[in-house]
Amino acid sequence: MLNLLIFVPIIAALGILLGAPARKTALLAGLAEFVISLLALFSYDRAVGGFQFASQFPIIPSWDLKYYVAADGLSLVMLLLTGIVTFAAVCVTPKIERRENLFYACVLFITAGAAGAFASQDLFFFYGFHELALIPTFLLIGLWGSGERQAAAWKITIYLALGSFVLLIGLVDLYQALPADARTFDMVRLQQLAVAKVIPATAQARPFLFLLIGFGTLVSLFPFHSWAPTAYASAPTPAAMLHAGVLKKFGLYGLLRVAIPLLPEGAKHWADLLLILLVANILYVGLVTIAQRKLDLMLGYSSVMHMGYIFLGIASFNLIGLSGAALLMFAHGLSIAALFAIAGMIRERHLSLSFDSLGGLAKPMPFLGFAFGVAAFASIGLPGFANFASEVMVFFGAFKNGSAALGFSSFQLATIGALWGVVISAVYMLRAYKAVFLGEPDKAVVAGWTDPSASMRWPVILLLVTLLIAGFAPNYFLSYLKPTIEALLR
Amino acid sequence: MHPIAPITLEIIVLILGVFLLLAESFSKDGNKNWMPETAIFVLAWVFAFSFFTPGNPSPLPETGFWHFYSADPTALFFKRIALLTTIVVLVMCLEYRSVVERFIPGETPGAGLGEFYSLPVFTCAGLMFMASAVDFLLIFVSLELVTISFYILVAYMRRNPASLEAGVKYLILGALSTGFLVYGITWIFGVTGETNLSQIAVKLPQLHGSEQALLFGLMLVMIGLGFKVAAAPFQLWVPDVYQGAPTPITAFLSVGSKAAGFIVLIRVLQPFLVLPTVSGKILSLVAILAALSLIYGNLAAMPQDNLKRLLAYSSIAHAGYILVAVASVSSEMANPGAANVAIGYYLAGYLLMTLLSFLVMIIVARHSRGDDIMHFNGLGKRSPFLAAGMLIAMLSLAGIPFTAGFMGKFLVFAAAVEQHHFFLVGIGIVTVAAGFYYYLRIVSAMYWQEPNDDTPITVGPLARLVITVLAVATIFFGIFPQPIIAALQPSQTAATPTVASVK
Repeated sequence: MLNLLIFVPIIAALGILLGAPARKTALLAGLAEFVISLLALFSYDRAVGGFQFASQFPIIPSWDLKYYVAADGLSLVMLLLTGIVTFAAVCVTPKIERRENLFYACVLFITAGAAGAFASQDLFFFYGFHELALIPTFLLIGLWGSGERQAAAWKITIYLALGSFVLLIGLVDLYQALPADARTFDMVRLQQLAVAKVIPATAQARPFLFLLIGFGTLVSLFPFHSWAPTAYASAPTPAAMLHAGVLKKFGLYGLLRVAIPLLPEGAKHWADLLLILLVANILYVGLVTIAQRKLDLMLGYSSVMHMGYIFLGIASFNLIGLSGAALLMFAHGLSIAALFAIAGMIRERHLSLSFDSLGGLAKPMPFLGFAFGVAAFASIGLPGFANFASEVMVFFGAFKNGSAALGFSSFQLATIGALWGVVISAVYMLRAYKAVFLGEPDKAVVAGWTDPSASMRWPVILLLVTLLIAGFAPNYFLSYLKPTIEALLR
Repeated sequence: MHPIAPITLEIIVLILGVFLLLAESFSKDGNKNWMPETAIFVLAWVFAFSFFTPGNPSPLPETGFWHFYSADPTALFFKRIALLTTIVVLVMCLEYRSVVERFIPGETPGAGLGEFYSLPVFTCAGLMFMASAVDFLLIFVSLELVTISFYILVAYMRRNPASLEAGVKYLILGALSTGFLVYGITWIFGVTGETNLSQIAVKLPQLHGSEQALLFGLMLVMIGLGFKVAAAPFQLWVPDVYQGAPTPITAFLSVGSKAAGFIVLIRVLQPFLVLPTVSGKILSLVAILAALSLIYGNLAAMPQDNLKRLLAYSSIAHAGYILVAVASVSSEMANPGAANVAIGYYLAGYLLMTLLSFLVMIIVARHSRGDDIMHFNGLGKRSPFLAAGMLIAMLSLAGIPFTAGFMGKFLVFAAAVEQHHFFLVGIGIVTVAAGFYYYLRIVSAMYWQEPNDDTPITVGPLARLVITVLAVATIFFGIFPQPIIAALQPSQTAATPTVASVK
């Protein structure tokens, strides 16, 4: 089943390149991805837990390196995110004027990379699948992007290549920190080894730093974030949705799955550094976001800023914080994908997304206005949405890490700083909403503008409804996530 | 097992070369396509035959010729690399013949092409002997067979000033490097009284007080080999020679010459690693060469506009990556294989991706009349097939996962991290990112830009087959490296180490 999630998009992409009808095949593959990920979620036996749907094939036996896919609750939730966002992204893709087949093939390769990364339980393939998405992103932004697209494409590609290579060194260093007779790339097995504490505490600091910088670059951790806003602003809509919504979560997923549980002592060693960086992510990038005058750039910066909360949850290193971080990854992926989808629809009608040239769009396009409002509220973290539930858990989790006797711990200080981020995100989201949708529309600009057709509407509805479901019933998703987190924390 | 078996391969190749030369001089036929076709056919059989050749694990104890010659798994592996390279180079020569004809005057169109097809076969024989050479004498003789064939081939287009310039540069600097090599060999001989590498290994621990002389000799040998593998700071000849030489010969130089240089380097260094006083110094020297090659090759490749020149600099950069693995050869006896496997695998992957890129380049250059990056504009539209081949080659050279190039870098840096060469790793991280930039420039030209002219490019059936095989192999061995790794590991250590059970 997991193999299907990886190979359906790859085969569909190859088929499209060889001449299959591009949009139809891509839609079919996107739908398959969504349905299969949903089926996987439902058929996972929560009573048994652990890793299910496993299949493996040896690659380098002497290194215990193998193709190994399996899923636990965390993987499944991330795979569901991949499925939903892929389907929505393919649906909202506007008509592609040139080289349609290459466009859809690239989109599907990104999906395959994300699905492979979340399903792999072998470090090598976990890493490799993520990199599979790098070149399609490069082509998508450079060929079909808008604005300074080529500069943005170069920036994201070189940045991510650099980040991934640091990550690779970290993974190799982690592998070699193991005693020689226990070396393995098998992540399930590594987790068991971590429980047995086979890596000495002194040997953990260096690999963790490599992993933190590597994964951090991929998730746009301050100060390695500058690739993200420009790339998302220039990227064609489906690329922005998939990258900001799904692919970027790979770095967080990696910290959650690999760096923190396998190198807990290393994590403690660098905890203060991580806290400083993530507060900068929230406050500094948050203020930068407020200063943005264009919708796409603002969304790009906001997605960087929100990573800070997830980092905070991960840094807290306790059950509630990590579960909150995992749920927030899911929630943020959906909300940012919806926002980028809506921004893309506006761009189809009006090339510039600067606030000055827009306004009053809610009048000609009430649906878009409503949907954007809902997504913006979700992104701020209004109760009722999954973002709220998970952010609360993150803050609780981080605040718990202190004792009354010693005054405020660095975790609590970071939490207090991070709380201001909620205010900041309310400021920029509401301002953007006002600038774009409220007021009197410029008649000359909006002439002939109407809401998108139904087929474009309901992918957005799908994303928002899922957010609401997860917001009202977070326990359903937590019943998948918590056992996984517990296993990681042991 | 009679030890005659492995050397049959070289003998067949030599006979083939002599046959081609003679047959060419007696034939009146203008069309000489049969020559490379015969050569490809025979070499392909030799390649297949090499898998059934029983290799002997270590140099034989008898004296005489077998004193010079070893057919261990590494040697067989590098023989296959030489054969495969030559086969693809001959295919390239066929594709390139119209360009060569333009620069060679003659009554009939194919008049001057005979040696262009037969000399690569001799080079191949030389490379194969180098793979097996375990004595400085055989190393030197086979190296010269290779180098002298290359002198002719590089300057082959004799009405083309660039080719002639390349030939002169290569001749002078090649002769100089040979001088260093021979001088170094005499120093080592002077200290140890031996030219045989295994005998040197026996003698070394008994020598006291002559480490300085030994190091000096070894350093001279490394300078000589540094020229062959195109490592900085001995890289000055590379850009001009690569750009001026006929493109198939450039490919041959960058793959065959490099592979042979590296196997000799490994073999020469091996006996000296047992001496801790010598090995530490010599490996740090290698590490310096690696760092210089990485930095110089990658940085100089970035501003290039000519693809051939760009690949020349990138070949320096790749020499740097392999040198990182050489510097990570562990001096302990515990795990001697890891770095050697990395070197062998890297070279095999380098062969696939480099030959692939050169082959595509030859076909595109023939149609666009030039090999600047600009001539690749819009290739994705003009010929999706060639563009896909080039894309795979470039991604592999840059090091994207699931390609042979990535797996090679992975093995190299795993070896480097294991030996805690974090200085080299740090440089490697930066240079890999630089590599992404210049390799992706070609990708962006192929896919982002509009074509300069819209004529579709036709690809012949043989070239199409070879491109497909190389591209598929690049990806296949990037995902399933085990066949190559197994071929490189000595049979006694092939058993999988047990993973300790943890409760």
